[in-house]
Amino acid sequence: MFSEITVKITGEAGQGMQTVGFNLCRLFKKYGFYIFANQDYMSRIRGGNNFFQLRVSGVPVYTLRKHSDIIIALDGPSISIHKETLNKEGVIIIDKKKFNIVEEGPFLDVGMYEIAKNLGSEIFINSVAYGFIAGMVNAEENFVTETIKESFNDKGEDIIGKNIAAAKSGYELAKAGIKNDKFHIEAKKTKETMIINGNEAIALGAIRSGCKFYSAYPMTPSTSIMNEIAQHSKQFNIIVEQAEDEIAAINMAIGASFAGARSMTATSGGGFCLMVEGVSLSAMTETPVVIVDAQRPAPATGFPTRTEQADLLFVLSAGHGEFAKAIFSPGSIEEAFYLTMHAFNLSEKYQIPVFIMTDQHLADSYRNIDRLNQNAANVVRSIITKELSKKISGYKRYELNENGISARAIPSWIDDVIYADSDEHTEEGHITEDALMRIKMVEKRMHKKMQALKKEIIKPNIFNLEKAQIVLVGFGSTYGVLRELCEAYPDKFGFIHFSQIWPFPADSIIELLKDKSKVATVENNATAQLAKLIRMQTGINISNSILKFDGRPFDLDCLADELKVLEKAG
Amino acid sequence: MNINDFKSNDKITWCAGCGDFGILAALKNALVKIGKAPKDVLLVSGIGQAAKLPHYIKCNCFNGLHGRALPVASGAKMVNHNLTVIVTTGDGDCYGEGGNHFIHNIRRNVDITVIVHNNQIYGLTKGQASPTTDQGHVTNVQTQGVMLEPFHPLEAALALGCGFVARGYSAETEHLSWLITEAISHKGFSLIDVLQPCVSFNKKNTYEWYSKRVYKINDDALYNLQDKSSAYQKAAQWGDRIPIGILYKEQKPSYEERTGIILRAPVVEDNIENINIDELLNNSI
Repeated sequence: MFSEITVKITGEAGQGMQTVGFNLCRLFKKYGFYIFANQDYMSRIRGGNNFFQLRVSGVPVYTLRKHSDIIIALDGPSISIHKETLNKEGVIIIDKKKFNIVEEGPFLDVGMYEIAKNLGSEIFINSVAYGFIAGMVNAEENFVTETIKESFNDKGEDIIGKNIAAAKSGYELAKAGIKNDKFHIEAKKTKETMIINGNEAIALGAIRSGCKFYSAYPMTPSTSIMNEIAQHSKQFNIIVEQAEDEIAAINMAIGASFAGARSMTATSGGGFCLMVEGVSLSAMTETPVVIVDAQRPAPATGFPTRTEQADLLFVLSAGHGEFAKAIFSPGSIEEAFYLTMHAFNLSEKYQIPVFIMTDQHLADSYRNIDRLNQNAANVVRSIITKELSKKISGYKRYELNENGISARAIPSWIDDVIYADSDEHTEEGHITEDALMRIKMVEKRMHKKMQALKKEIIKPNIFNLEKAQIVLVGFGSTYGVLRELCEAYPDKFGFIHFSQIWPFPADSIIELLKDKSKVATVENNATAQLAKLIRMQTGINISNSILKFDGRPFDLDCLADELKVLEKAG
Repeated sequence: MNINDFKSNDKITWCAGCGDFGILAALKNALVKIGKAPKDVLLVSGIGQAAKLPHYIKCNCFNGLHGRALPVASGAKMVNHNLTVIVTTGDGDCYGEGGNHFIHNIRRNVDITVIVHNNQIYGLTKGQASPTTDQGHVTNVQTQGVMLEPFHPLEAALALGCGFVARGYSAETEHLSWLITEAISHKGFSLIDVLQPCVSFNKKNTYEWYSKRVYKINDDALYNLQDKSSAYQKAAQWGDRIPIGILYKEQKPSYEERTGIILRAPVVEDNIENINIDELLNNSI
C-alpha cells in the first residue's frame, strides 16, 4: 500500500504516452485518488523523448515530485534519460529483449512488445503498458475494461476490442508476475471531482461567459484553447476562425467585439508580439477584448513546448502609449476558469483589453478538482441593450463623464450611427488634434478607468504568513508548488500569490510584507520580474529570488532544495 | 433614403481636387441606391487618406490600424451578417501593410466590399512609392526611380479566386457608383481597385493621364464577365489603354453560406446571460 506514488510513462513522440496517462487518470480517479499529471513533450511529431508524469495521492496534490516510483519505458533511450529520476525503491518497466538491454538495474523486464505484436501491431503497446500498471496496483479487471472503453469511445468496435485484449494481457502478466503488494491501491472515499487542464478551464470559462467569437493562429501552448472551443462551437453558436496571423486574429476579435459579440484570442509570447498594436487599438477605440498569453520560454521561438514566466513585464507594458488594462495570472485550474469569466465581464465593463497570463505548465497540467461552479459569477453585460437602444438619440461613442466609461451602443441596434477611431478623437468619435480634448481623452482612457479598476483588484492569495520564517511570493502557475511546500513546512514558510497582477495590488502587498524580514520571490524566469514589479509599485526591495529558467516547472523537491540553500544563507 | 441621409458633419481634410472626393460622391450615391439605413451600414478603414472617408459619410465607422481594416471588417460581418460592411482603403494600406489580409480574406470570402483608393503613391507620408507605383517613378526615397515590379492587385485577386473583381476611376463618378452598387450586391468578397489621382504627390498619374487612357469594358456587349482568361488579359492591360469596369464575376458560396451562419440570427443577437455548460462539465475525465 502506498500513500502516494509518481508514475512516469516515457517513450518516443507518437507512442501514445498520453493515452496511457489519461487511462491511469481515469483508473485512479475511480478509486477515489487525487492526481496531478503533467506532460513533457518535445516540439516534434515523431521521435525524441516525451513523457507523461502522474502523481497519485490519497490527499489533494497541486504539483509534481522530482522522482518517480514507477517508470514505464516504451523505448530504449528512455532508460538513460530517466533512470536518475527513479526513487530508491522504484522500478523501471522495460522490454529488455526488444531494446537489447543487457545492463543490470532496477528493471522489471516485461515482454510487452511481443504481446502487442501478437495482437497485430506494436501500436497496442500503450494499452499493454496500461494494463500492466493496472495489474501492478491490483486494480479490478472490469475497471480496466471500462477505462479503455471510455478512452476509445470515438473508435470502432475492433479497435476497442484489441485495446481491451492488449490491456488484459498486460494486466494478467503483472498479476501473475508481481507477488508483493507494494504498489497496491485501496479505494478511497472522496467527493465527486473532475479532471481537466488549465487550457480546458479557460475554454469552459469563455463558453460560459458568452464568448461568441474566437480568432487565433495556432501556437503552442495556447492551441488547445482553440481546439476546445471549436469542439463545442456548434452547440453554443460560437464563431471560431483560424486567422492568417496573430495580427489578423486580434483585429478580427476587435471587429467582432465592436459589432457586439464577446470576443477572445489566445497565443503565446511570439504571437503576442504581433498582437501588440492591436492591444493599443482595443484601448484607443475602447473595444473590449480578452487575450490569453500562454507563456513559453523565449526569446524568439525559444522552447516551443516548455514553460516560463518571462512575459510578465512585456505584457504589462504591451501596447504603445498609456491606457488602462487588467492582467490576471491564475494559479490553478479553478482560477483559470473563474478568472476567465471575470475577465469577460471586466473587459466589457471598462471597454478595455484584459489579459489572462498562463504558461505551458498550467495550460497542460491536469488535476482533479471540485466540480466547477458555473454559477460562481454571473454574466454581467455592460452594453446598451437592444430594448434600451430604441430610446437612444444624439449618441456619442466617447461621451465624457465622471467615471470615464461611455455607454456602449451596438451598431444597428440604435438609430444613430457610431464612429470609433484609432486616431485621437472627439466625443463623437471624429478625428481631432485639439490639445484640450487630448487631455480629456487620456484622462478617460487611463486615469479614470484605472482608478475604478483599482477598486476591484483581486487580493493576493495568502498562506501562513504569521508563522512563516520566510515569506515566498509568486504569481501564476507557481501557486501549486508554493501551496504544497508551505503546507509541508508550516513552521518555516508562508506565501503570497498574485492571481491579479494589474492593476497591481500595491496596498495589499505593503501591508502583508510589513515587518517581514525574510522574503523571496519564486519565479520561472531569469530576471526576477515579479520582484522588479513589486519594487516599481511599492518601493519594497525583495532581494532574494528563486529563479528557474530551464524551461521546466518547479516541483516540490527542487523548490525545497533551493530553499535549504536560502535558509543556510541566514 | 436620399443623399442627405448620409451627410456627415465632420469637416473634410483632403486636398482640394483630391481624387477621393469622386469616390466619396460615388459611394454616397451607391448607398442611396442600395437603400439601407445608415445605421445598418458599417464602413471600416485603416490608415491613409482613404481611411478618413468613413468620417465623411453618416454610417457606422470603425477607423482602425494601418493595414488592418480587412480583419476588423470580416470579424464584424461574421458576428452580424445583417450589416452591410464596406472597407475604404488605399494601395499602401491594403496591398502593402495589409497584404496578408488581402490574400486570406479573398480566400475567406466574407460578404464585404473593398474599395481601394489606388493613387499609386503614399500621400499621407508625402510622396514615397506605394506597392502600385509605376517602375521608374522618382521620389524622395526612390531617388533612382522605382525598381520593384509593381503589385498587380486585380491579377492577384483573380488568381486567389476572388468572385468580384473590378476597377473604377474616381473621375468617372457615375460609373464608379454603379460598380459599388454591383459590388455590394455581390454575395462574397468584392474588390474595386479605384484609380485615384493624388494632386499633391503624384505628378505622373494625373487626371489628364488617366482620362486619356481609361475605357469601359462593360460597354462592350461581348465582354464575358464569367471568362477568367479575358479577365486576366484586362487585369494585365496597363499603359496606353487602361480598362475600367467589372472584369470578373463568379457567384461562389460566401463564408456565411459555407459556415451556415447565414441561416440563423447573427450571434450578436444571442442571449448570453445564462449559457449552461453542465453537459461539458459532466463530460470531463
